[in-house]
Amino acid sequence: MTRLACTDLCVGYSGMPVAEHIDFCIGDGELLCIVGENGIGKSTLVKTLLGIIPPVSGELQIDYTGHGKGVGYLPQRGESQRDFPASAGEIALSGRLVRIGPRAFFGKEDREAARRALERVGALEWYDEPFDRLSGGQQQRVLLARALCATSSIIVLDEPTTGLDPEATQSLYQILDSLRADGMAIIIVSHDVDAAITHATHVLAFEDVAPQFFSVADYRAHRHARLCEVE
Amino acid sequence: MFETLVSYLSYPFVIHALVVGVLVALCSSLLGTTLVTKRLSYIGDGLSHVAFGAYAIAAVTGITQNMLVIAPVTTLAAVLLLRRKQRSRVQGDAAIAMMSVTSLAAGYLLMNVFGTSSNLSGDVCSTLFGSTSILTLTQSEVLLCTIMSIVVVGGFVLLYNRIFAITFDETFAQACGLPVGRYNLVLAVMIAFVIVVGMSLVGALLLSALVVFPALAAMRVCRTFKSVTICSAAIAVTCALLGMLTSMLANTPVGSTIVVFDAVAFALFMLLGAARKG
Repeated sequence: MTRLACTDLCVGYSGMPVAEHIDFCIGDGELLCIVGENGIGKSTLVKTLLGIIPPVSGELQIDYTGHGKGVGYLPQRGESQRDFPASAGEIALSGRLVRIGPRAFFGKEDREAARRALERVGALEWYDEPFDRLSGGQQQRVLLARALCATSSIIVLDEPTTGLDPEATQSLYQILDSLRADGMAIIIVSHDVDAAITHATHVLAFEDVAPQFFSVADYRAHRHARLCEVE
Repeated sequence: MFETLVSYLSYPFVIHALVVGVLVALCSSLLGTTLVTKRLSYIGDGLSHVAFGAYAIAAVTGITQNMLVIAPVTTLAAVLLLRRKQRSRVQGDAAIAMMSVTSLAAGYLLMNVFGTSSNLSGDVCSTLFGSTSILTLTQSEVLLCTIMSIVVVGGFVLLYNRIFAITFDETFAQACGLPVGRYNLVLAVMIAFVIVVGMSLVGALLLSALVVFPALAAMRVCRTFKSVTICSAAIAVTCALLGMLTSMLANTPVGSTIVVFDAVAFALFMLLGAARKG
């Protein structure tokens, strides 16, 4: 089932296009990797997918059936506050804001959902730990749990492994693989192409021309051809 | 000394003053956690200078209910500053510096040139450093302070979870569909309210101490948002009460006395935090 589809999408700020002619779709249980140089419009696309900025033109369709109205999001590291006094539990719980509607406070089921999400990513033992005392990989897992609290259908991760050691990177990808196996649609923005395409099913490549959408096998062939060209 | 205190406490205006002081301290400490962690401590400082400028306008034009001038002007300035901050951090910093010194200078100039009061320096001094005696608060000031404090505390409690989300990670909050701009606006109005009520207690120059010290002290020891919020509120209320009672007994200026207690509390919590770590 298609979860998210872009047709001739143009993204940008206040009517000024940053990237144009974006066509791709992603279904449940698929992992799309968005690759490309910095400053080429990947983050702008992410903001559009999240509904933070409106598309300049074209169509963006997201199927929310059965799940809250949000897209789960794991921001680039360092975007959240440093030395912020918060426990891992409080942070995961804040993902449930999507679901409580106009209510002011979280209920028992929200707390349970936060615990389940932390457990899912192997972070339950840090529920009461201060966030800034956790390692980079542990912090990413807590933030992933927060994204899982917001949605159970689609999550977007912006450079999730930047600054993580290989071991933490590996365990993060393992968690993503298992979420995908559970039927989640996952979008990763990454410049670490090799690691990402090992786990991807599809690739959206921002290159010199319009962004191209590949299955992961086609992208390997395409990349190989390009490398041969250069040589 | 104890008897003096009890005899003071039998006067209703003393009780009023204590209530206002506690409420002001409570409000500013609640918002303090958010402002400090959002790196916005200087906004409180800038706004209190704007409030001084507004006070000068009210004094010169002979408006007796000066809160009616100070509250809207400060709110407007708060909204403008927070709006600006969303666009660019560096310029926002400079904008606040300009805004605060300009209102300070213009305010003093206005009062000096057009002032009708016979005790100009006394007026200026009490606006900057707080009423020399908190007992000079008028009945209507007490009422207004109480209403504004209730609005701020109530708003904070109701929006607690959303304020947490916006403070910790604005982008994620936006992705959750929270109208972040609108909440920042609400936050700006709440900050302005705190500035306005706080000015009558500790004065424009000392106000940011009430905002910054309790939150910073609590953050030395507590590590979750909830515990920091509760702890800073407790610190603020305790310091305000101790400061006011001391100022009545020892006949010291109330604003500075409270701020000194806050600074001492910060030092104590810093030592406590260091001892815990070590």
